[in-house]
Amino acid sequence: MDLFLEQLLNGIAIGFIYALITSGLALVYGILRILHVAHAAIYALGAYAGLGIYSITGNLFLALIVSMAACSLVGVAIEKFVYFPLLKYPPYVPLIGSIALLLGIEEVLRLVAGPYIHAFPAEIPVPGFHFGPITMSPVLVTVYLVTVIVLFGLWFLSTRTELGLAMRASSQDIQIAGSLGINTSRIISTTFIIGSSTAAVAGILVGIYFNQVYPTMGAVPAYKTLALIVVGGLGSVPGAVLASVLLGISETLLIGYANIPLPRDALAFIAMIAVLMWRPQGLLGRR
Amino acid sequence: MSNYVLTIGIFVAINGIVACGLNIIVGYAGQISLGHAAFFGIGAYTAALLATRAGFSFWLSLPLVIIITGAIGLLLGLPSLRVRADFLAITTIGINFIVESVFMYVPFFGGALGIGGISRILFFGIRLREAGFLALAGTLLVLSLGCTWWFARSWTGLACFALREDEISASSIGISPVLFKLLAFMTGTAMAGVGGSLYAHYMRFISATDFGFPVSVMMLSMVVVGGMGTLWGPVIGALLLTILPEVFRPLTDYRMLLYAVLLLLMIRFQPGGLLGERGVLKNLAGRIRGRLRS
Repeated sequence: MDLFLEQLLNGIAIGFIYALITSGLALVYGILRILHVAHAAIYALGAYAGLGIYSITGNLFLALIVSMAACSLVGVAIEKFVYFPLLKYPPYVPLIGSIALLLGIEEVLRLVAGPYIHAFPAEIPVPGFHFGPITMSPVLVTVYLVTVIVLFGLWFLSTRTELGLAMRASSQDIQIAGSLGINTSRIISTTFIIGSSTAAVAGILVGIYFNQVYPTMGAVPAYKTLALIVVGGLGSVPGAVLASVLLGISETLLIGYANIPLPRDALAFIAMIAVLMWRPQGLLGRR
Repeated sequence: MSNYVLTIGIFVAINGIVACGLNIIVGYAGQISLGHAAFFGIGAYTAALLATRAGFSFWLSLPLVIIITGAIGLLLGLPSLRVRADFLAITTIGINFIVESVFMYVPFFGGALGIGGISRILFFGIRLREAGFLALAGTLLVLSLGCTWWFARSWTGLACFALREDEISASSIGISPVLFKLLAFMTGTAMAGVGGSLYAHYMRFISATDFGFPVSVMMLSMVVVGGMGTLWGPVIGALLLTILPEVFRPLTDYRMLLYAVLLLLMIRFQPGGLLGERGVLKNLAGRIRGRLRS
């Protein structure tokens, strides 16, 4: 029973980390209708920037802030110089641009920081947690806390503020939102800032949780998160979060308890295709 | 010519054939596919299994490969009837990952070790080495181009164009989306099968990673960079994107970075492709044609 609980807690943690990456991706998709594969590269960049600042200053909070700022800068640059001019073309054109960006950023990280795996030995100012049979390490507690805070922040921002209203309006119909006096180009940039910042948080959390930072850490999330936003319903952030947590739990439990000869990434995609054939608009998507 | 140059030529031809097939699906029928390498792989594995287990020659197995790959393409094209646009793009990525991991983890397909010892191609008793193989691959590329040309001018092609432009109005005048989408998928994947068969018999060793998702991206990039929905676009794209990494080979560490930057620049400044609307090569061709007329 203890083992099962521990597996479940780890599975939820992995699901939460997926949720942090996918929620940014879903925001970007919702507003630009672009499959932003390079989001995973921004996530890797966030981990590197966080590790760099942390190893210089030893201040985790500062590392987080700087990494979020750096990722936002890169995210907005990508939006302004690559995506925006390509918006009027069919969706595969920005998609290929995005894949080129993913490759390019990975290569830059490899050339700058080296191809090997860096450790991320962070000292976390959070105590561990014991309750009956449940034991949670400080790292696990941090993953839960940070994810809940970030997701709550996103929910609050999008449903309780004027900025969120403008963002939701723009993602429903950007032209009408513009004609109603919303500065849509600023809303798009803001969306990229928010999305890239959450990616940075996710990068640092993953780096600490697995104690690993390496150039291609974005490669698998790049495509898996696409599957997640599809299953959740393209552009729906709650759907993306739900799909992420479900995937995290089922992956961990399946690997732990079932003997399936296929790797976990293939399982994610099989689940995705099954969901799509059943509900072509995704779990929480609108038609 | 050295064997190195001939080998690159062979890869240009193989990639050209596969990209032509993808062009029929994406460029002519308007169905985005990011899983084309899966069909390239299915063709290669079918040819490899027929050669190593059943002792079939290339010539005997080629029609079978075309039929089997086309049939699987038909089957895996079925999701395109249910989902579209971005959903289809991601579904096809999924198909690619699943097919790759089936090749990788099912022992029947050689598992992680792949399949080796595939026979060379014999042409009237003569073993085809680099030059002969290039001639064969080139011939098949020309045949694929002919097939594309014929497809674009046939009733099927016209129906596909209509579906690409507007599915609802096309189906309202009696064009069946089911029939023609599946036809396009079948034709395109069968071409990928031909490419795969050539690849298996040239490399004589194949493994699952040869047909992973990055290869699909490469194929789609070839079609888009060359000019989607044009006859020669995929060939130009295959030529460029096969030769460029070789040109950059001396740069060793910076090779992939330069490749990514160039791909980004091409897609950013020639989004319609070199032969597509406002493409550099299209303008050039038009100017030369005008010069010749005057």
